[in-house]
Amino acid sequence: MKYLELTVGAVLVYNFVLSRFLGICPFLGVSKRLSTAMGMSGAVIFVMALASCITSAISNYLLEFTVAGTVVKLDFLRILLFILVIAALVQLLEIMMQKLTPALYRALGIYLPLITTNCAVLGAATINAESGRSVLDSTIFGAFSGVGFALALLLFSSIREKLELAAPPKAFEGTPIALVTAGILAMAFTGFAGLC
Amino acid sequence: MTLYTALIVMGLLGLTLGAIIGVFVKLFKVEQDNRAELALELLPGANCGGCGKAGCADFARALAAGEVMPGNCPVSSLEQRAAIALALEIDAGSVARKQAVVCCRADIGAEEMNYNGIQDCNAANLVAGGPTTCRYGCLGLGSCARVCPFGAIEIIGRVAVVHPELCTGCGQCARICPRNVIKMVPANANIHVYCNSPEKAAVKRSLCKAGCLGCRKCEKLLPGKIKFDGLLAVVDYDATDAITPADIEKCNCPVHGIMTEKERCAVAREAAGGKRV
Repeated sequence: MKYLELTVGAVLVYNFVLSRFLGICPFLGVSKRLSTAMGMSGAVIFVMALASCITSAISNYLLEFTVAGTVVKLDFLRILLFILVIAALVQLLEIMMQKLTPALYRALGIYLPLITTNCAVLGAATINAESGRSVLDSTIFGAFSGVGFALALLLFSSIREKLELAAPPKAFEGTPIALVTAGILAMAFTGFAGLC
Repeated sequence: MTLYTALIVMGLLGLTLGAIIGVFVKLFKVEQDNRAELALELLPGANCGGCGKAGCADFARALAAGEVMPGNCPVSSLEQRAAIALALEIDAGSVARKQAVVCCRADIGAEEMNYNGIQDCNAANLVAGGPTTCRYGCLGLGSCARVCPFGAIEIIGRVAVVHPELCTGCGQCARICPRNVIKMVPANANIHVYCNSPEKAAVKRSLCKAGCLGCRKCEKLLPGKIKFDGLLAVVDYDATDAITPADIEKCNCPVHGIMTEKERCAVAREAAGGKRV
């Protein structure tokens, strides 16, 4: 039951893009075509799960330690640490993928550096740390937050592909109509509020 | 105290992560091919997709990998191909230059229905088969003109007309056209049969005054220069003895469906009354 709440909450109720308004940059930037949106979605799910796992391990076990009798608390460095660790992690991953799985690298490769310091990824890590989740819970939350992001991105890019054919008023062409669409999508997602 | 802790922790972390990444880069080094970049600089850079790859960068990668030859780029000039071949030390290969031609004279022949939906050929074609009486003719809503990276297609009146001097033969227009009325022909040909309908003459005649009647007069008078694709006359572009303007007069097509590109353009302008719709 707890996991159902965690997953449904992450995907629908507290959707990262449409309810929390995090990760708007790739949401608008790579949603012109469904194929690129798919690549981006895959990369986000992957990185969010991994980053959540590592960062929750850091915040649970490494932020407080004793050196020579004095207790050192690093809570105030949390965001900085997270950014540094996530960025380094994704960098390492990219290097390894390029060598070990060239096919996966070609599919996700160009999107990986784009999301190293994405606020959705950092947001997931911070939310996990603030709610004091265990490493397992955090990883699940991270992965499903990524799925929620993917859902929003895929929905949005499918709509935008159709929108390309339409003829909106001149002033609304391109980004303006996309932003209006995003707003309506977000309003639709408020329908999930209170589900859990 | 807090300041020092922060400095020490972040400094150490930065150093460690930097060192690890440095080691990983050496450990998982992948040989990069800089020949792709070299080729990319020499390609036309129009990203037209005429080669079938996703843009010039993708084509350059394929070039470096030896999957394609410089000649597979249909819009590059012979000099460009030679330069790429020389730079990459490979065989240039060759592909005949092509050009697009819109084989339709719907502007002077076919009736049009009242359509005021989305002004795009692919969208219009979905509504009851499209707003022209002939199902094979040009819709004239300009999807091809919008997709053309070289601005070679003009909508004159109700049909698209290709300007051969601007066309590079990338084939984008032929791919987007829902009616398949745009044909890719050799670039040096300038006389075409302007009809695309495979219907019988009686059916065609009731829909369009300018459709090929399939009377075979041209085939009889110009043997080897015109061939028949079912009931539709087409210029034989592979003919050793190419069709000339004199042949058009000799044949005297009853619907004047065989024309030079110049004449076609003039006829379209006249039909449109000089104004664009």
